[in-house]
Amino acid sequence: MTFFQALSLLLVAAGAFFLLIGSIGIIRLPDFFSRTHATAKSDTLGLMLALLGLAVHEGFTINSAKLLVAIIFVALTNPVGAHALARAAYQSGLQPWFRGEPQPEDPTAERGPDEVLPAPGSEEGEEA
Amino acid sequence: MDQLYVYIAVVLTVIIAIPFYRVVAGPTLFDRLLGVGAIGTKTLVLICLVGLMFGRLDMFIDITVAYAILNFIGNLAIAKYFVHPKEIEEAEGGAP
Repeated sequence: MTFFQALSLLLVAAGAFFLLIGSIGIIRLPDFFSRTHATAKSDTLGLMLALLGLAVHEGFTINSAKLLVAIIFVALTNPVGAHALARAAYQSGLQPWFRGEPQPEDPTAERGPDEVLPAPGSEEGEEA
Repeated sequence: MDQLYVYIAVVLTVIIAIPFYRVVAGPTLFDRLLGVGAIGTKTLVLICLVGLMFGRLDMFIDITVAYAILNFIGNLAIAKYFVHPKEIEEAEGGAP
């Protein structure tokens, strides 16, 4: 086993470890916004490490160049997607949870699939 | 040597299966969407490892990039669909 093979295996294993951390965070964290934090940071880091390990395994070829393009794309777009989802949740009226409070109410609980979400300041159940 | 990547891929399938709990039992709609996005993100690594197993990594990297683009566009489209901006409603005069 050469040095680069060992480095590649180490990077891919570290990426799988950070993906595992992200999965545990999605299960264990108490609030939607903290779960967004787990998805955006841990998954991005784990995926970048794993794809970098595969690029090291490939060596200096066109495949590693394409892997670097995939790494840059994911590093740019994965936090943006998580931020867009968190922004949509906040503007839909989902309140963040603080320690010592009960779990926040779901603004989409009593809602059918084709009704409009209530605005953040308006009464619930009021039809627009 | 490449057997170790197969082991990592098997572990990764278990890691991918964990956010299904959040998709099924998530208290809000956005938790479910977040779980789906997390599954899509982790699947990218699995696709690359499967390509390494089959010895066709050049083809599977293109599939990975296309999957990443579809995941991102779907995330943004769903986020734009479920958002309820106040500015648009006030500009249209819908809320007196």
